[in-house]
Amino acid sequence: MEGLNYIGAGLIVIGAGIGIGRIGGQAMEAIARQPEASGKIQTAMLIAAALIEGIGFAALFAA
Amino acid sequence: MHRINLVKILSLLLLTVTISVNAQHDSHVEKVVDATHTEEVPVEKDLKTEIKEYINHHLLDSYDFSLFSYTTDAGEHKYIGAPLPVILWDGGLQVFSSSKFHHGETLAEVSGNFYKLYHGKIYKTDAEGTITYDEEHHATNVKPLDFSITKNVVFIFLVGLLMFFMFGRMAKNYKKSALPSGLGRLLEPIILYVRDDIAIPNIGIKHYKRYMSYLLTIFFFVWIINLLGLTPLGVNVTNNIAVTLALALMTYFITTFSGNKDYWKHIFWMPGVPTLMKIILAPIELLGTIIKPFSLMIRLYANITAGHIVLMSIIGLMFIFKNWIGSPLSFGLAFALSLLELLVAALQAYIFTMLSALYFGSAVEEHDHH
Repeated sequence: MEGLNYIGAGLIVIGAGIGIGRIGGQAMEAIARQPEASGKIQTAMLIAAALIEGIGFAALFAA
Repeated sequence: MHRINLVKILSLLLLTVTISVNAQHDSHVEKVVDATHTEEVPVEKDLKTEIKEYINHHLLDSYDFSLFSYTTDAGEHKYIGAPLPVILWDGGLQVFSSSKFHHGETLAEVSGNFYKLYHGKIYKTDAEGTITYDEEHHATNVKPLDFSITKNVVFIFLVGLLMFFMFGRMAKNYKKSALPSGLGRLLEPIILYVRDDIAIPNIGIKHYKRYMSYLLTIFFFVWIINLLGLTPLGVNVTNNIAVTLALALMTYFITTFSGNKDYWKHIFWMPGVPTLMKIILAPIELLGTIIKPFSLMIRLYANITAGHIVLMSIIGLMFIFKNWIGSPLSFGLAFALSLLELLVAALQAYIFTMLSALYFGSAVEEHDHH
């Protein structure tokens, strides 16, 4: 059952993609609501995205 | 004036590389091929495997600095690059040039010992160069302790020197006037950004000064070395996991040693939760202190590695398609992706610095309202 690794890797990428996509989308919305806070929102967005990405990569390498 | 000096240093570096390049290769200078065109060599081997091998080779550290290789009309492999010193500890110090390996084609004989370059690692062998294997096809030969100046080490040294001169000059300039000059004009806003938007909000105005030197060093080191990875020199220091491990370990040690009693209390005996939870939380929090630098290591390594693999695969498409649609497609994609990688190079440096600052901040934070 070698192929299962690749299915797992695919699932991880889908999950991380949804996560980062949601962060990006919500950050856009937040910036649209409060453009003056865009700097802070961007920073928080990048940190959250980096954390998800880290988990995604870790799982990808384990796969 | 400073700008001229920087240009001098840079051209000196280029010159040294060029001289050693010229010193190494023989009379076949006229055939200059671009680094990405090496796959073009018509060998009977499957093209896809060859591209894959080429990418794998690019991702590994190597004992010599080779720009490209080609096959002469006589069917002989020629490598353009410079050999680097190999330093081994094998019951005594062994120092020799990596040109003795002839790119893994021959054994290196040094004071009665034989060494073989096998899958990018140096093994001690007998005079015939036999490699013995265990059941899982891992080589069981003795591996001498390796302190070689490999390609990655060379570029770490170069970036270190470059940063030393660049920032040393800039610091000296501030003694004369408050206004930066030359390259400092470009760097000052970036340094201020690291201070005002990374260090102060995350660490706090009281403690940030102690960590500024580390944060600035790590930011510029990661950034410059990531940018170098996008040049055709074939440098890829940050996609060596040992390098990112060292960087992450530094963050880990600084966090651990600057942790105040509140930090440790929050790890071992979390205030404000029931006792049972305290017992459950302690090992989780302790594990968390290790996972944090681990994720720093993986993130930088994986991002840069993934970028390089995708970029090189797209360039490889050109040689697979071999028609009018493949080349422009590959060129366009590679161009767009290179721009993206420029962003990623800066972003990863920023994230690494930002998260380091966040961890330092959590270590020195004072909780007086509990």
